Amino acid sequence: MTSPEMPEPKAEVMQRRDRIVADLKTIVPGEGVVDATNQMRAFETDGLTAYRQLPLVVVLPETVRQVSRVLKYCETNGIRVVPRGSGTSLSGGALPLEDAVLLVMSRFNKVLDIDYANRTAVVQPGVTNLGITHAVEGRGFYYAPDPSSQIACSIGGNVAENAGGVHCLKYGLTTNNVLGVEMVLINGDVVRLGGKHLDAEGYDFLGLMTGSEGLLGVVTEVTVRILQKPETARAMLVGFPSSEQAGQCVAEIIGAGIIPGGIEMMDGLAIKAAEDFVHAGYPLDVEALLIVELDGPEAEVDHLIAEVTQIADRNGAAMSRVSADEAERQTFWAGRKAAFPAVGRISPDYYCMDGTIPRKALPEVLAGMRRLSEKYGLAVANVFHAGDGNLHPLILYDANKPGQLQMAEDFGSDILRLCVEVGGVLTGEHGVGVEKRDLMGTMFNAEDLDQQIRVKCAFDEQHLLNPGKVFPQLRRCAEMGRMHISKGQLPFPDIPRF
Amino acid sequence: MPDTASSEVFRPADESQVLDAVKWALSERAPVEVLGHGSKRSIGRQMQVAHSIDLTDLSGITLYEPEELVLTAKAGTPLSDIEKLLGENDQELQFEPMDYRPLLGAREAGRGTIGAVLATNLSGPRRLKSGAARDHVLGIRAVTGRGDLIKSGGRVVKNVTGYDLSRGLSGSWGTLALFTEVTFKVLPRAETEATLIVSGLNDAEAADLMAAAMGSDAEVSSAAHLPESVRGRFLNGGLPGGAATALRLEGFAPSVDYRIEKLIAMFAGVGSHTRLETGTSRSLWREVRDVAPFCDDGDRPVWRVSVAPSAGHQLVAALRLRVGVDAYYDWQGGLVWLRMESEAEPQMIRQTIAALGGGHATLVRADRPTRDAVDIFQPQEAALAALSQRLKTQFDPEKILNPGRMN
Repeated sequence: MTSPEMPEPKAEVMQRRDRIVADLKTIVPGEGVVDATNQMRAFETDGLTAYRQLPLVVVLPETVRQVSRVLKYCETNGIRVVPRGSGTSLSGGALPLEDAVLLVMSRFNKVLDIDYANRTAVVQPGVTNLGITHAVEGRGFYYAPDPSSQIACSIGGNVAENAGGVHCLKYGLTTNNVLGVEMVLINGDVVRLGGKHLDAEGYDFLGLMTGSEGLLGVVTEVTVRILQKPETARAMLVGFPSSEQAGQCVAEIIGAGIIPGGIEMMDGLAIKAAEDFVHAGYPLDVEALLIVELDGPEAEVDHLIAEVTQIADRNGAAMSRVSADEAERQTFWAGRKAAFPAVGRISPDYYCMDGTIPRKALPEVLAGMRRLSEKYGLAVANVFHAGDGNLHPLILYDANKPGQLQMAEDFGSDILRLCVEVGGVLTGEHGVGVEKRDLMGTMFNAEDLDQQIRVKCAFDEQHLLNPGKVFPQLRRCAEMGRMHISKGQLPFPDIPRF
Repeated sequence: MPDTASSEVFRPADESQVLDAVKWALSERAPVEVLGHGSKRSIGRQMQVAHSIDLTDLSGITLYEPEELVLTAKAGTPLSDIEKLLGENDQELQFEPMDYRPLLGAREAGRGTIGAVLATNLSGPRRLKSGAARDHVLGIRAVTGRGDLIKSGGRVVKNVTGYDLSRGLSGSWGTLALFTEVTFKVLPRAETEATLIVSGLNDAEAADLMAAAMGSDAEVSSAAHLPESVRGRFLNGGLPGGAATALRLEGFAPSVDYRIEKLIAMFAGVGSHTRLETGTSRSLWREVRDVAPFCDDGDRPVWRVSVAPSAGHQLVAALRLRVGVDAYYDWQGGLVWLRMESEAEPQMIRQTIAALGGGHATLVRADRPTRDAVDIFQPQEAALAALSQRLKTQFDPEKILNPGRMN
């Protein structure tokens, strides 16, 4: 991250900048094209602030037709395009390129249709995640995926990243809650996938688009499922003398057939940082804290709290407390939701990781992290979506001390390699982006990656959309398409035949 | 009678043999049919191929960790084996994959393979709440039409590493790649279930009631409306008289009791109420899932239509003005099963769907001449059709996998 290698800027595009800006201004009139350096500064980075780059020009379209014309223009002229929502990506997904148009979708900010009978909302991509819930909560509804940046992050960006949150085990990720999108391809084609109905009539392009990190198309409208809020929700704090006991407790809760609305785990350092920051009432004498949220009808929640309490006791819980009312439930969560900034208060800088592991590998991975922490001489605080195995180690470092940033990055890479080794993955919800691009080879071999690039080729043959993200190496589509096969070359296969 | 002309069947017993078979087919430009148990073989365009690859010997559950909620199986593993093992651990595939055999008259075929469950993106009455196969798949291994062995996803729920090919290949009916192994999320089976039947509503009233129920906090997991014309063909005629609107509640016993009372109070004065207990409730939803009223051993056209839930009854009302059609509704009205009295009427059905805000219709059953003449799957808009073609080319440039099946 100290300086990610990005695709070589196209000199001929840079040279034509004035002409390109003028042409774009005819497509998006008014203030929709930003080309002054001081104004473009606001867009030079996203949630991964260690990387900065001014774009060629910033375009803020307002209509689908403008998006279509901008993309068609860029395709015709071989100009790269980086799409951007609210710019909260933690993996550098919206990092600009020197020779690329930054296509900012923030002016697509309207809620278009709310349909309570079908429990759907149709919104423009710049509407924030929480904005959808705000639009429907008057009738007791909400939008389920809740990434911690939900105040700021846009639903278009959520689709691009397949955003998660703390309630994924029970309510699914973005991909399970999006019913349809309208999107524009790099050739300017406007395509509708899904809608208020379910399932695709052909290939599941909606599934491919969700989590494609802005490399396949630009979303201009999103249809999501909205849900009725559960009748009641209560949270429990359960403290343990060790992470192993907490992990075993989670396994037994799920083993008992209970799927909580959320189960979060924090380690000692994270607990202390959060408690000092928001005074959520967390115990400071435990090594691991679980927040278990149970939701549903009152009778069911009571029943489940009793069961979870028993399981916690059996696993040596040092304390447990059930939220008495909604305000206390929110307080329990406030500490967890503020964990990142809380850690930011105890260290000049921190680097947030995002691996997912099979839950049972938690003790092994925590032990591995302790070893790595000693090796690098950097502390690590852990917050963990315990229900679905998604780890967020926060590596504490000081960028002003020479070499520490590099060490934090190496430490992070080692953690992710460890996640893959135990059967997990590089990223659970933050995306590959620029950050984890060069680690893709630890999970995928050349054939796996080549087929993913071929999917890209079906959408964007010239690699104009968000190049330099996700894939360690861009290979030309023409090259990728070649096959060398001649008739009779292979013997008739020695396979059982009937 | 087999529906295709394939004569020679490769039956690979491991992944490398699947790879060999596809590579051979590529080198010979010899298109192949991809087969599991053949329980859904009559859906889709008939293929003229000389070879097929039967994956049923690629069988076995390779990983099952109940506490981790994950199961991995080779693609040819019988779904029935998986359902049995999960059942022994009080778990299930929560998307309730339907069984097409009775509807398609394929009673002698096996229950289907786990690979085909994903390849055809099966689901059931919990679709609105719990999703389809696509929503539960965690990872795959597959051989593409280029003869490459690839993997995607993994064994964990939260994973955004690279494109989501597991979902991208779901519902592709073997036209892009052959799955060799699939990994699914599994979930605890509900402790119990019950169904509230509200009798005597017409289709429009039922649509309103189902919308209110699904939009409430009673956590209704399935909602179907069985009009009077089909009602007698469920539970051996055991449902009370009049059209039946069915609302399903699942979970812990006290919770189910509480929520069913809540619904009864909510709909006081609307129709007459009957409660179906666990066993009867399970049977009813199985019959709803498997299209029991149209399992008549005939070949009158049967359509599977997906629309916005509130549009389902409008579609049927519009069609009834023009043709003879029998119908019932699952997914709160969003899934409409249509059995036509005589002709398939694809244009009429698809135009009506478009006029009602969109969706899609698949002709899942019809006689051979009709299937040869009609677009079985919903035709796509030009730009989307072109994109589909480009995707196909990137996976199967020589068009050797299930050629034309989805055309």
